[in-house]
Amino acid sequence: MKILFLLIPLSLVLLVIAVWAFFWAVGNGQFDDLDSPAYRILMDDDDRPVEQDERAESRTGEQDR
Amino acid sequence: MTDAPGRCFHCGEPMPRGKPLTVRLDGADRPVCCPGCQAVAGLIANTGLTDFYRYRTGPAETPTPDAPDEWNAWDRAALQRGFVRELDGERREAVVLVEGLYCAACAWLIERVLQPLDGVQTVQVNPATGRALLRWDNSRVALSTLFRRMHEVGYRPHPVDAADSVPLAMRERRAALKRLAVAGLGMMQVMMYAVGLYAGAIHADMDPSIQALLRDVSLLVATPVVFYAGAPFFRGAWRDLRAARPGMDVPVALAVGGAFAASVWHTLRGAGEVYFDSVTMFVFFLSVARYLEMAARHRASRSTEALARLLPASALRLTADGREERVALSELAVGDRVRVRPGEAVPADGRIVDGATLLDESLLTGEFMPAARAVGAEAIGGSTNTEAPIDVEITRVGQNTTVSSIVRLLDRAQSERPRVARLADRVARWFVASVLLAAAATAAWWLHAAPQHAFAITLAVLVVTCPCALSLATPAALVAATGRLAGSGMLVARAGALETLARARHVMLDKTGTLTLGRLTIHRTETMNRIDPAEARILAAALEAHSEHPIAEAFAAYRDGHAAEKVHVERGRGIEGIVGDRRLRLGRPDWVSGLAGGGDTTSAETVVALGDQDGLLARFRLSDEPRPQARAAVAGLVQLGMTVEIASGDAEGPVAALARELGIERHAARQSPEDKLDRMRALQATGQRVIMVGDGVNDAPVLAGADVSVALGSGSALAQNSSDIVLTAGRLGDLVEGIRTARRTIAIVRQNLAWAVLYNLVALPLAATGQVDPWMAALGMSASSLLVVGNAMRLGRRSPPARAPAAGTTPMTAEATS
Repeated sequence: MKILFLLIPLSLVLLVIAVWAFFWAVGNGQFDDLDSPAYRILMDDDDRPVEQDERAESRTGEQDR
Repeated sequence: MTDAPGRCFHCGEPMPRGKPLTVRLDGADRPVCCPGCQAVAGLIANTGLTDFYRYRTGPAETPTPDAPDEWNAWDRAALQRGFVRELDGERREAVVLVEGLYCAACAWLIERVLQPLDGVQTVQVNPATGRALLRWDNSRVALSTLFRRMHEVGYRPHPVDAADSVPLAMRERRAALKRLAVAGLGMMQVMMYAVGLYAGAIHADMDPSIQALLRDVSLLVATPVVFYAGAPFFRGAWRDLRAARPGMDVPVALAVGGAFAASVWHTLRGAGEVYFDSVTMFVFFLSVARYLEMAARHRASRSTEALARLLPASALRLTADGREERVALSELAVGDRVRVRPGEAVPADGRIVDGATLLDESLLTGEFMPAARAVGAEAIGGSTNTEAPIDVEITRVGQNTTVSSIVRLLDRAQSERPRVARLADRVARWFVASVLLAAAATAAWWLHAAPQHAFAITLAVLVVTCPCALSLATPAALVAATGRLAGSGMLVARAGALETLARARHVMLDKTGTLTLGRLTIHRTETMNRIDPAEARILAAALEAHSEHPIAEAFAAYRDGHAAEKVHVERGRGIEGIVGDRRLRLGRPDWVSGLAGGGDTTSAETVVALGDQDGLLARFRLSDEPRPQARAAVAGLVQLGMTVEIASGDAEGPVAALARELGIERHAARQSPEDKLDRMRALQATGQRVIMVGDGVNDAPVLAGADVSVALGSGSALAQNSSDIVLTAGRLGDLVEGIRTARRTIAIVRQNLAWAVLYNLVALPLAATGQVDPWMAALGMSASSLLVVGNAMRLGRRSPPARAPAAGTTPMTAEATS
């Protein structure tokens, strides 16, 4: 059981790393918004590019979905 | 999700009657309520962003018309200095607060709409904070272009101070998350070591060196849990003790501190029991409860810069030679002359020096009917000009304005708010005293009888009486009830509010916007037999399309493409124009009949007449209709044994009429915010707990001063921020259900507290006589905590029969009147 004298301090090091990583993530705003990322994946980024002068005329039926 | 029949596809407002406007989306015609929504929906469709409608979680803001040059002022370097950071070269960065930002789809829409603009580098929108980070190349695109584009899709940007880009609530949340992580990870580690220790103890064959190692390591891990994650409890306890009113934090701090101290002592001594596992678990559970409470509070008061929304971002200043220039609000000084166009808000307090108009002062009075103001009259900052352009000489700016004084009144009311001693706090006070007394008595007796055991047994008393169950009793019940209420349209911002809600017996209701819809609707149409009512309404709507007056809103629902020409607004009288081939007048009955000459001069409260050269065509009676569920809600409140009262800024007549209609006994009319607050104080002085329900800016101080304040989700941001509870769906009936749930919650809290006290009554004598083994103490503590939490969870269960009476009647009446 002498191995515990090595393994337990080792687990403490891992614990410190885990806490440090979490603090880093919180400080970076990773946990600031927990709702929208879930939806973000559903929204395609490769939609038709937005044309500024296109919005003058209305009525477009054939939207690409 | 939002395309309910009879609702605008874009903003979710009820659809006007008559021929609806539509917009073509995804191959289907969708109904929209107004040209503004049509334009926004059209823009969204044309830029390929229809996904917005699929992913949004709530309806969008109804777009507000704006002066086209409103945003130009933000291009000036002097103004940008406050909130724009210069990166390298021409690159700029700014953080703006976005009004109307509610969900992920909104954020997505703004990003999609801004990103393709030439020169825009980064757009990051965070729906949780309501803020957007913009980075752009100033040589290729102007900031005003970004702002205007954002506004075109229905959002209103407000610049915020760069230092404030991470709001207070966010900092608080981050700190709480870190504490939660330390407590959680620490708890798991310590539990693991504890399993080893327990296993060793059962077989009694553990190597003493290993046992010492496990204890030392547990101490190492538990220390940050206690002193970092548990710091708020110690700080709270210290604050309570200094104020000589021990609350729940004191027994918590005592238990955590006591158990930790005992464990440290036993670890260093190398003998006796350690309780690191209990300590860390306790800190973690309580941190979770605190975190949930904080999250509920943050959700309810999201955008704190409520004041920013009351005043416009910029003003039209008149130069000495009479030219107009757009300046930012902060640039205005006393003595400046500004021009306020119809539809714009007065930027600061001032005196009218030219022109005459109707000003919508609902901000101060809560009443939506505008007041006539001419040269020499005061124009209050934040009031909206509804009719003709006026020139205003500024007399007060910044902190001295009326709006600021309302905010100050609000702050004061909040700080002077009566503190209600919470049930758990009262029990805690009694509990702390008894535990300390028992510990002291135990110590005294054992010092006398067997001094060598005295310290260990005294510590055991402190540990066994660990008020786990006691301190979990209230938060567990409140969190369960809060979660359940949030699901049914009632957001509880301050958890303690539920307790007061259960005890209050008096409700004070605002009239306009709370009991009523807060806008005029056509109550009755009387025609003179020359045209039918529907036609009369359509003609009137065509004329009123040119007016900003609240009366015009009543007709907006009947617009159907008829256009009025040569329209001309007579201030304080009405509106004149040509529809088809008829010259028509709409407005005060005496003025309208003037077109035909002579005649009828019936002047009533809100009667609008329509006429042509041949005389009167129709009369419309307008009124502010009560909310569909108002009557049922009032009946529900009375049934719960509450005294209901109206306090309104409106005149006696309408207030009394509404009180009669809804079956409310007491009412007070012509109440200023101060009057309402005085009335509230008078009621509180008689020992009553008062619930205040309101929606407007003028209600904010009373809301802040009430024992429990309830704001409507449709109301002003300032009112919502000064409230404990927000009715997110805007249904008054939810309040009745809320009070029922609150009363059940208090019953559960009582049961929990009773159990906790009972447990301690049994455990304390056993511990004091030195008969409790550590494993018994651990088991007892965990079991009673679990029991308490399980009991509280019963509140989270939905019970359909309880909801039915209040909610069942509402949809029917809503259909009938909308």
